[in-house]
Amino acid sequence: MTPSSESMDLRKEAPRKVLDGFGRAVLAASRYAAPESADEMASLVRRARAERMPVTFRGSGRSYGDASLNGAGLVVDGTKLNRMLSWDPVNGVAEVQGGVTIEGLWRRTITDGYWPHVVPGTMFPTMGGCLSMNIHGKNNFKEGPFGEHVVDFDLVTPEGDQLRCSREENADVFHTAIGGLGLLGAITRVRVQLKKVESGLLRVDPCAVSSLREMFEEFEKRLPHSDYLVGWVDCLSEGAELGRGEIHQANYLHADEDPLGEVGFHTERQTLPTRILGFPKDKLWLFMRPFFNNPGVRLINTAKVVSARMNHGKKYLQSHVGFAFLLDYVPNWRLAYGAGGFIQYQVFIPKAEALGAMEDILRMAQEAKLPSYLGVLKRHRPDAFCLSHAVDGYSMAMDYRVTAENRERLWALTRRFTERVLAAGGRFYFAKDAVLDQEQVRRAYGEERLARFKAMKERLDPQHVLVSDLGRRALGLA
Amino acid sequence: MSTPFTKAIVIGASSGIGESIAKRLSAEGVSVALVARRKEELDRVHTGLVHRETARVYAHDVARFDDVPELFDRIVGDLGGLDLLVYAAGVMPKVDEGEYSFAKDRQMVEVNLLGAMAWMNPAAARFEAQRRGTIIGISSIAGERGRRGNPAYCTSKAALTTYLESLRNRLSRYGVNVVTIKPGFVDTQMTRGMKGLFWLISPDQAAETSLSIAHDMTSPAVFVPARWWLVALIVRLIPSFVFRRLNF
Repeated sequence: MTPSSESMDLRKEAPRKVLDGFGRAVLAASRYAAPESADEMASLVRRARAERMPVTFRGSGRSYGDASLNGAGLVVDGTKLNRMLSWDPVNGVAEVQGGVTIEGLWRRTITDGYWPHVVPGTMFPTMGGCLSMNIHGKNNFKEGPFGEHVVDFDLVTPEGDQLRCSREENADVFHTAIGGLGLLGAITRVRVQLKKVESGLLRVDPCAVSSLREMFEEFEKRLPHSDYLVGWVDCLSEGAELGRGEIHQANYLHADEDPLGEVGFHTERQTLPTRILGFPKDKLWLFMRPFFNNPGVRLINTAKVVSARMNHGKKYLQSHVGFAFLLDYVPNWRLAYGAGGFIQYQVFIPKAEALGAMEDILRMAQEAKLPSYLGVLKRHRPDAFCLSHAVDGYSMAMDYRVTAENRERLWALTRRFTERVLAAGGRFYFAKDAVLDQEQVRRAYGEERLARFKAMKERLDPQHVLVSDLGRRALGLA
Repeated sequence: MSTPFTKAIVIGASSGIGESIAKRLSAEGVSVALVARRKEELDRVHTGLVHRETARVYAHDVARFDDVPELFDRIVGDLGGLDLLVYAAGVMPKVDEGEYSFAKDRQMVEVNLLGAMAWMNPAAARFEAQRRGTIIGISSIAGERGRRGNPAYCTSKAALTTYLESLRNRLSRYGVNVVTIKPGFVDTQMTRGMKGLFWLISPDQAAETSLSIAHDMTSPAVFVPARWWLVALIVRLIPSFVFRRLNF
């Protein structure tokens, strides 16, 4: 009997599979199915509804926490729905199934001179995932989130309705299902507007900064004339150098500035290095592993700071892929964190409060001897989506190693972080979250937004067929 | 390292080693789900438990594999979690000299092996995800060689031993403990009336040793009592052309 069979008894026959969040700190054993067509996906959801089995959609599993986990039901893996349905190279509009990845998208469009307006730090998330989490990139301050470049999409609700959603048609659903955590329906088809670029290269300007304060000042200075802006933060630096690091500003090249010309659009020019520091990158995580502790990261960060100071102001040209997908440079890098994995904790804080709150968080972590091994600063602007994480301010993403010994202390520490963020009027990002509770989410997002989301949930999924571990933990769905 | 159990499922809890394990777990304060085919026997065991109030009874035939996924979920929900699964269900119908019965063979494979797989699959997935848990499988020294007396029983226990070893190799990296218990002769309904028994121990002795091993998390596959290890070694070393002439 195939998983697509309408008569399949999911409770008896669907296999169990242990799935993890990308950070590997949270896991769940679920029933699992990977449909090969949109019809099969709809059939599975219908069957689950009949059996009263909660369903969670999962793409590439790139959410760090429990957004695509379901310890009490069925996980429907949408990655086989990965066909590009049409590509219009004149207008730069791609029509794809929900399981197409960012990689699948850019590989098809770059040769025609188009690049996605918004990409995350890795090329592996699916369109369904990008839309459901409303991902952002290093240009959020300028281009907004992924959802702002979605032309329209089809949403199949658990009730069996297929809704075409755009800014004109079902606009309320459009603005809620984008960033809707996959809890309103299956995204079966998406049309995305891509950006025409004149070159396959970006000009990158690295800038070393000696503190978080200086990084903020430099960000504000550079914002008006940057296409991308991202800061690496040394979360172990202290005192006057608290939050030191390096900024990378990148700008699109005009055609007449591009030494490669059309050749730069070829996919073989849009590659990641195969070796890093002389090591074959596939095994590099093994060499990184001994350094993933406080002294080891301190050593690495010091080396990075020295390197940043040496390269300060030395502009260079880099492919879109090389600049955008830093997280893909080292395959399986997440394994370097060891058996307990890690959590990413990303805070979004209004501009006026951001520096003080982020400095406080860095200090709190250092005092607890649980520093983040990676810090990434980005600039954001608000958007029109219901569960938007973006604010007019800054975000800092921090990676914390989890071990059996520190887990409880780390969760307690994040509660202190969260209090500080909430006091500063901040928000969080569900794709990264593994720690927030319902009360914290209520305070971060406000009653009105959550009420709007829940009203939409009642309208599209009144029986609460779509429930994830994240939905249970953070939104109280059952 | 000693691991206290808090919530356990014992399959085959209505008699023999399973019953004794259930009683001992209950006496330790563990919330126990008693699973077996015969409801009246389960009720009898339940009545004799130290902490009856935290134990529950579930009548289930392990050969009804399709019922396992839902029942497993229900029990875990009732217990509020799970950190120990004990599979002690087993049958060994008498197979006469010159008798070749597929019905009996199938029953042994279904109860001794397939039932174990049906129960251990959901438990293994759950334990891997929660990064802790213990699975105890009651196999047998009979799985060490294919004896002429009962081909299907030896086969089912050999397969169970191998299955448990594979599970252990799969799960130990996630902090999950898989214990294979290989008893010799135990004074249960299964052995009653058999001739030539020696080193016979009570089910309670077998249960005590099994749980002690599982608690310590040090010996993944053991003979009970330990001296059967020597017998197993000798039996394994006997050349096939000699073994086929033996009558046990």
